[in-house]
Amino acid sequence: MKILVCISHVPDTTSKINFTNNNTEFDSNGITFVINPYDEFGLTRAMQIKEATGATVTVINVGSASTEPTLRKALAIGADDAVRINAEPTDAAFVARLLADYAEEQNFDLIITGRESIDYNGGAVPGMLATYLDIPFVNACIGLELKGTKSTVIREIDGGKETLEGNLPMLLAGQKGLVEEKDLRIPAMRGIMMARKKPLTVIEAGEAVKQTSVLGFELPEAKAACTMIDADNVEQLVELLHSEAKVI
Amino acid sequence: MATDLFKAPDYYNLDDLLSEEHIMVRDATRDWVKRSISPIIEEACQKAEFPKQIVSGLGEIGAFGPYIPEEYGGAGLDQISYGLIMQELERGDSGVRSTASVQSSLVMYPIYKYGNEEQRKKYLPKLASGEHLGCFGLTEPNHGSNPSGMETNFKDLGDHYLLNGAKMWISNAPFADIAIVWAKSEENRIHGLIVERGMEGFSTPETHNKWSLRASATGELVFDNVKVPKENLLANKSGLGAPLGCLDSARFGIAWGAIGAAMDCYDTALRYSKERIQFDKPIGAFQLQQKKLAEMITEITKAQLLTFRLGQLRNEGRATSAQISMAKRNNVDMAMTIARDARQMLGGMGITGEYPIMRHMMNLESVVTYEGTHDIHLLITGMDVTGFNAFK
Ligand SMILES: Cc1cc2nc3c(=O)[nH]c(=O)nc-3n(C[C@H](O)[C@H](O)[C@H](O)COP(=O)(O)OP(=O)(O)OC[C@H]3O[C@@H](n4cnc5c(N)ncnc54)[C@H](O)[C@@H]3O)c2cc1C
Repeated sequence: MKILVCISHVPDTTSKINFTNNNTEFDSNGITFVINPYDEFGLTRAMQIKEATGATVTVINVGSASTEPTLRKALAIGADDAVRINAEPTDAAFVARLLADYAEEQNFDLIITGRESIDYNGGAVPGMLATYLDIPFVNACIGLELKGTKSTVIREIDGGKETLEGNLPMLLAGQKGLVEEKDLRIPAMRGIMMARKKPLTVIEAGEAVKQTSVLGFELPEAKAACTMIDADNVEQLVELLHSEAKVI
Repeated sequence: MATDLFKAPDYYNLDDLLSEEHIMVRDATRDWVKRSISPIIEEACQKAEFPKQIVSGLGEIGAFGPYIPEEYGGAGLDQISYGLIMQELERGDSGVRSTASVQSSLVMYPIYKYGNEEQRKKYLPKLASGEHLGCFGLTEPNHGSNPSGMETNFKDLGDHYLLNGAKMWISNAPFADIAIVWAKSEENRIHGLIVERGMEGFSTPETHNKWSLRASATGELVFDNVKVPKENLLANKSGLGAPLGCLDSARFGIAWGAIGAAMDCYDTALRYSKERIQFDKPIGAFQLQQKKLAEMITEITKAQLLTFRLGQLRNEGRATSAQISMAKRNNVDMAMTIARDARQMLGGMGITGEYPIMRHMMNLESVVTYEGTHDIHLLITGMDVTGFNAFK
């Protein structure tokens, strides 16, 4: 069995977010990048399947050379090989098209992505990719069991769970539940050394059209400072509501 | 203990000097410490219990003998990687780093360097995986800074050696499966022997009531007519230079480790200084507190540069023992000063187990003493630059 795990390279959740170039580009200065957490749940489930069945796991990313450490980490965790499609991933349809072109040639039995990437939260790539490949798609996946070419998949739905059955090949967009946080793998030193010898293939981006372009980003307004007033001091509260907040 | 919010400082963008692999090694260790050490370490120290389960965990991530070649169970990493692993482990706790330092530099290193092929094959893979724990016996009740005067000795009785004597202050001793023991032959020459738990006459009583390194087990090694098989001699090197070679490796790791402890204290104090309000201001807005923080980050940055360069020299096989002494001495002292200042910045909270600072501060009292005391390392530098021996 061949599994493809799509990995996006995203800022660590504790990063301070800034924009440059007239607020049209993310400022990656001083930012630590990590494997998109949703993808990491999928990668971990793929590793478990690999260990149980001997499946091969390929990881793929559409991105510039700066994303390679993220792919190497996936190799250190245990993926067999990695592919980077050399392009800036600024548009979902464009990314899905490039991934589909690669996946079509390779005949994967199972493709796992994250439900969304935590940087732009578009959540559009998985559905588009399944559409381009014309294979079944389950979103918000929180459980996966395989038996031969049959798969049982659990999906989170509003206030509950839905269990589905389907045939491979299939595309799943995963999240927590596929595995738990405690199952996530930390690369071991030997894995890091082995990652050196595993293939990381760079493919030039083929024909794909960007359907959208970014006009600008805006940060939410900074929270205003909070003034605490003593419970006994109603007069001061009224005064402030009148003179500063100007609501009365 | 509260959630581990640690964020490592990198004031001089030192990450730019590290390779992608170094960063992966460091971050993996950091993640492991957050997951496996931070949640348990405070309680282990409060109860003075060695958290045995970390031995297999350290083995799994590859913190035992990371620079030992893969064929013997290591990862074949370079010296800077080893240093970074030690830094991150000690960021968690000096006791955890001690367990890994001893296993890597004082047990696996001498077997790899001074042992023969059978010994390497027999012992190294199990030590690397954490299936076996090792210890290193050099210090004796009457010989600490002056190990060359050791009394522990062995006689050649034809088909085996007969070992007698006692070692003191030995990290990992109470739980160790094997001990690398330094003892004098009948010719008065220092040799290393591999002594295994279960050999008749060999016992390892635990040292209790320590106020420091409480999550690391310390004990004695007592040899009462222990018959050691001849194949357990580390034959490829003898003389005081043999144990000192191991100490070079361990001290190098400690120089990095101390930075980890210092970073944790600094990071904790920095965060606290932004949150704690006194006189209507965060305490970090007062000049006196800023002076402490500014000096801490300056000293951490200097220490990082020292170890990075030392790591390059060690990778090239060019670092001298005296250079390693300088870094061990400087960095441990730097960490102790930072721990004390950081503790004060937290006021009363600084003495509680809610924060890691007091634990680091107490741990560092051992770190400044073992592997050559602060004074001894100064004498090494003094002798190196003047050519005069001021030890005797
Ligand atoms: C928690 C812990 C774990 C340890 N683990 C190990 C281990 O795993 N294996 C091992 O072999 N040892 C271990 N040690 C022992 C450690 O290495 C010794 O404690 C250290 O070498 C100092 O020896 P000592 O305690 O006998 O002090 P001493 O040598 O008696 O020194 C006492 C004081 O005198 C000073 N002094 C000594 N000689 C001179 C001199 N010539 N000039 C000026 N000042 C001098 C010292 O600097 C020190 O301040 C450990 C110690 C501790 C505390």
